[in-house]
Amino acid sequence: MTQNIMIVGVGGQGSLLASKLLGRLMMNAGLDVKVSEVHGMSQRGGSVVTYVRAGEKVYSPIIDVGEADYIVSFEILEAARNLKYLAPNGRIVTNTQQVAPMPVITGEAQCPENLAEKIAAAGAEIDAFDALSLAEQAGSSKAVNIVLMGRLSRYLGIGEAEWLKALEETVPPKFLEINKKAFMLGRNAT
Amino acid sequence: MLGNEAVARGLYEGGVAVVSSYPGTPSTEITEYVSKYDEVYSEWAPNEKVAMEVAFGSAFAGKRSFCGMKHVGLNVAADPLFTISYTGVNAGMVIAVADDPGMHSSQNEQDSRHYARAAKVPMLEPADSSECLEFAKLAFELSERFDTPVLLRLCTRIAHSQSVVETGERVEPEMRTYKKDQVKYVMMPGYARIRHPIVEERMRALTEFAETTDLNRVEMGGRSIGFITSGTSYQYVREAFGDSVSILKLGMVYPLPVKKIRDFAASVERVVVLEELDPFIEEHCRAIGVNVSGKDIFPIVGEFSQNLVREKMGLPVPQGRALEEAIPPRPPVMCAGCPHRGLFYALVRNKATVLGDIGCYALGANAPLFAMDYTICMGASISGLHGFNKARGEEGEKRAVAVIGDSTFMHSGVTGLIDIAYNGSNSTVIIADNSTTGMTGHQPNPTTGENIKGDPAGKVDLEALCRAVGIRRVRVVDPYNLKECEEVIKEELAASEPSVIISRRPCALLKTVRHNPPLRVNEEKCRGCRSCMKIGCPAISFRDKKAKIDNTLCVGCGVCTQMCAFDAFESESGEGAN
Repeated sequence: MTQNIMIVGVGGQGSLLASKLLGRLMMNAGLDVKVSEVHGMSQRGGSVVTYVRAGEKVYSPIIDVGEADYIVSFEILEAARNLKYLAPNGRIVTNTQQVAPMPVITGEAQCPENLAEKIAAAGAEIDAFDALSLAEQAGSSKAVNIVLMGRLSRYLGIGEAEWLKALEETVPPKFLEINKKAFMLGRNAT
Repeated sequence: MLGNEAVARGLYEGGVAVVSSYPGTPSTEITEYVSKYDEVYSEWAPNEKVAMEVAFGSAFAGKRSFCGMKHVGLNVAADPLFTISYTGVNAGMVIAVADDPGMHSSQNEQDSRHYARAAKVPMLEPADSSECLEFAKLAFELSERFDTPVLLRLCTRIAHSQSVVETGERVEPEMRTYKKDQVKYVMMPGYARIRHPIVEERMRALTEFAETTDLNRVEMGGRSIGFITSGTSYQYVREAFGDSVSILKLGMVYPLPVKKIRDFAASVERVVVLEELDPFIEEHCRAIGVNVSGKDIFPIVGEFSQNLVREKMGLPVPQGRALEEAIPPRPPVMCAGCPHRGLFYALVRNKATVLGDIGCYALGANAPLFAMDYTICMGASISGLHGFNKARGEEGEKRAVAVIGDSTFMHSGVTGLIDIAYNGSNSTVIIADNSTTGMTGHQPNPTTGENIKGDPAGKVDLEALCRAVGIRRVRVVDPYNLKECEEVIKEELAASEPSVIISRRPCALLKTVRHNPPLRVNEEKCRGCRSCMKIGCPAISFRDKKAKIDNTLCVGCGVCTQMCAFDAFESESGEGAN
C-alpha cells in the first residue's frame, strides 16, 4: 500500500525541510518514495503544497482528491482549504495558528472561525494543537515544521530512533539540537 | 533526488565540461546543482540565447556542453537552435527545456515539443528522476552519434519531484579535435544549402532509431486499452490503471516512431494518447493512419492527475469532503520588507500607467496596489513603453512607466532602452534593482558583482550603462523612502527627455541583508484609519479596529511608518520608528 502524506502551509514556512525529512525516513525504511513540490511564484507567501508518497512502487508524484492518508498543516486555513484531499480514513495533523491571507488583511474577505471544530464536524479525524508555542519552547519559531513532524510520528508507526536518524541526516548540524527538541516536544506534548 | 538534481548528476556523469544557463522556474536547480561539481565550468548567462551560444561554442570547440532554460526561455534561444541544428555539433550538446503545464510560475503554457519538430532536433522526455539522470547522460551519446544538439524536455512535476536514483561514475571524454570546417559551420546561404539535406537525412536516421531504441518501450498488460504516453502522464496512467492496460511509453518524443506505433495499435483494441498540453503525439498518430482518442477525452489546458485519468476513462474516482464555508484564497504577495512595495505605492500615488515585466515585481499587479497594466515577456516593459508613447505621444509620456528588475534588464531590457534613446521617446524607465534574481531563488546576475560560485566577478554599472546608451537623466532612489520615490517619479514623468530611475534596495530575503528589529503598534496612537493597509504588507493586519504587526514577519523596513499620520508604529525601544 502506498502511504500518502500532504504537507500544506504558507510559502516560507519550511515545508521543504519537512518533506525532505519524510522522504529520508521512508527511504531508510526501504520504500520507493516520491516527493513533489512547487517552487517559484507560489513561494512568495502564497499557499504551498508538498506531496510525499511512499510504498513498494510509487508512480504518480502527486496526491489527488480523496487520497491523502495524512494532511500535515502549518496553518489552520490551509488545513481547511485542502480538506478535500483527505482520504475517507485519513487524519489531519495541524497547527492551530492562523496566518491571515492578503484578501483578509485588506478586508475583502473574512476568516472563518472555529475551523478545527468544523473540520471534525465534516467527519475528518483532526489533531489540532499549538505547534508555534512548542517551537518557541524548543528555541525557534521556525521549528514549527519539525514540531509537526514529531506530532505526525505518533501515527505513522515508525520508531523514534528511525525518525531521529532521518532528522540527523537532513538537518544541518548547527540546527540539530533545536530540531531534536522540537521533534520530541511535538511527539510527546499532550 | 530532485528531477533537476538528477539531470545535473546525469550531465556530470556524462562528462559535461561547460554549462551556461539563465534561471527560470522550473529549470533553475539543474544549473545550481551542476555548479557544485568542480570538474565542470558553469555560469549564469545574461539570457538564454547567450547561454545556448556559449554551450554551442564549447561543443564546437570539442567539449561536451549543456544549457538549461524554462519553456519561454527557448523562445529567446530559438535563433541559435534552428541553425545549430544545421551545423551539428562536434562534442555533445544537451539543451534542457522545462515546460510548466498548469502555469505554476509562468506567463503561458506553451508546449516546447513543437520546437523539436520545427528545428528538426531530437527530444527526450524522462518520466521520473531516475530517467532524468539516465536520459541526460544518454543525450550526450545521441548528440555525438547523430551530430545534433539534443533537447531534454521536463515539466514541473518531473523537475520538482524527488524520486530514487542510482548514481554512477563520471566519464571524462577526451577533448575532440577542432578542425576548421567552413562548409559545416559557416552558415551562409551557399553552405546552409549543403547542410539542409544532411539535416533531413539525420531526421530519417533518428526516426529509424526511434523504432528500435529502448527509450520507447512497450509494456503489455490488458489489451482492451493501449495508452501511448510519455513523461508524467505515464505515471498517471500507471497510478490509475496499474498493469490492467498496455502502454507504449515514449522516452523520445521527437522524432516519433511509425512502425512501433502501428504495431502497438494493432496489438490492442483501442488506442488512447495521454499527453498534457497540445495533441503532439496524437496528430502524429493520425498522420500515419492510426486511429486514436486523445484531446476528444482529455483537456488541452492545465496539468493532468490520476483522478483526471480515472474520471475521463470511466473509472471510480475517490471523493473528498469539503466545508460549506468558503476559505479565503491566499495569493502570493510581496514579502514583508520587499523593496518593490514602496516603489509600487509611489507609482499608485502618481496614478501611473505601469508596463510591467517578469519577476517578483509582477506581484505589484495584485491587491491592494493593482499597480500594473501589462506583463508580457522578459524585457517587454521597456520596448512596449516606447511603442505606447509613440502611439499616445505626450499624453502617454506624462503618465506611463516601465518597471523592470535588474536581472531582466540585463536579460533583454537594455536593447529596448537603446531603442528609446536612439529613436527618441520621452519614456520613463524604472529599474527595480534588488541586486539579485529574486523570483527564481536568488541567482547572481551581471549587476550583482559575483558569479554562480559566489566568487567576485565583473559588475555592470547600471548608471554608466544607461548613460552610455544615451540616457542623460539617470536618477537613483531608495524605495523605502516613499516621499522621495513619489517625487522623483513625478519629475521624471514631466521631463521632456528619456529618463531612467534606478530604485535600489537589496531583496529583503537575501542572507546578506541586515534587518531592523520588528516594529510594534502603539494602540493608543493608532486611530484605526487603515492608511497602513494600503501598502499590502503581509506583516500588518487589522484586529479590534487597530493595526497589528506580526513580529515573525516584520523586518522593520519602516515603510508603514510613512503611511501613518499618527506615529503609531514604534521601534522596540518605544521610539517613533523612522
